[in-house]
Amino acid sequence: MGTVVSFDVPAFTADALGRAVRWLHWVDATFSTYREDSDVSRYGRGAVSLAECAPELTVVLDACRAVGAASGGYFTATPGGRFDPSGYVKGWAIERAAAMLTAAGSAEHSVNGGGDVQCVGDRGPGQLWRIGIADPLRSGTLALVVTGRDFAVATSGVAERGSHIIDPHTGQPATELASVTVVGSGLTLTDAYATTAFAMGPAARDWVESLDGYEAFAITARGTYWQTSGFGAYLP
Amino acid sequence: MRRVILSIVGTVAGLVALLSFKSHLPSVPSASAATSGSAGTSSAGSPASSASASSSSSTVPGEFPQGSLAGKLAAGETAVNGDVATTVYGPVQIQLIMSNRKIVKVAVLQQPQNTIRDIQIGEFAFPKLISETLTAQDAKVDAVSGASYTSAGYIKSLQSAVDNGG
Repeated sequence: MGTVVSFDVPAFTADALGRAVRWLHWVDATFSTYREDSDVSRYGRGAVSLAECAPELTVVLDACRAVGAASGGYFTATPGGRFDPSGYVKGWAIERAAAMLTAAGSAEHSVNGGGDVQCVGDRGPGQLWRIGIADPLRSGTLALVVTGRDFAVATSGVAERGSHIIDPHTGQPATELASVTVVGSGLTLTDAYATTAFAMGPAARDWVESLDGYEAFAITARGTYWQTSGFGAYLP
Repeated sequence: MRRVILSIVGTVAGLVALLSFKSHLPSVPSASAATSGSAGTSSAGSPASSASASSSSSTVPGEFPQGSLAGKLAAGETAVNGDVATTVYGPVQIQLIMSNRKIVKVAVLQQPQNTIRDIQIGEFAFPKLISETLTAQDAKVDAVSGASYTSAGYIKSLQSAVDNGG
């Protein structure tokens, strides 16, 4: 995936951590568009049928379709015409890794995959998790800090590998927003919605407002910002 | 105005020079193993990045003189020219002034002359990466959302800095 994943976990979860790491490697081997032999790559070029791939690929495709329907087509598993469900897979993989640690008995941990974070429980007794949001217009600085518990934070924007998020309706890179941060309970949808919101641009605000349980903060290409009405709950 | 930031990781056998260009030039980490002709067993430069940390992304730590210093050596100093490193933006060559097996000065003999348009935020110069570390540590955050690092050698240490700093 080219993503660095970082875990913040209690010491007793060492075994579960190993399982979570193996899970992430499996996801990479199966879904990576950078590997020619992944199911995603082979399916994408028509070398195999869906039935010949891991069943999780079908699950992911169905989910991508659902998010696409909920977003007026702004979320897609075929951005720019090529098959790439990464917008869903990354958040899903991280959320699943965090769930493995919960299943192993940890009530407080976070998993961070390249800046998309799933936090479980508190940071510590009476302590909230603190997630810095990079300022896309001032490299090397943070625009703000969000705090919370049992939540997920995902940011899409030009700060990630350039303008690679394509507006599915125009086929061109999305440029209205410099970045948008979505906060929700589960990283799978939070991450998918962040990608979607960035592609939507100005329309994202009303769209995220209409979603139950998700809030957003965006910085526009001009340097102004907006946030959805419930976002304040996440500010320290 | 072009400014060059030079970070040197030295070994006994030679030199690995990492170069990055500030501001309107792309940042190019390039490695060049340069064996000095006569310096023989001269010992290494500092093992870690010598670019000093700056909390402002507009401050450039360490500007180095252009052109050879070989004609202006003090007693006990020797000039060591690195190999020319070929980068995607052009040739780069540095010169070290050694005294008592230590690097005392650095000069740039060759640097790319091409003007390259601004690049995406995805390409980072070390000073930017370093300043990001400081900012994240200052704010005592557990993680940073929204930035991405293409310098593979830096990714781990930045995240661990945040991990350890919190």
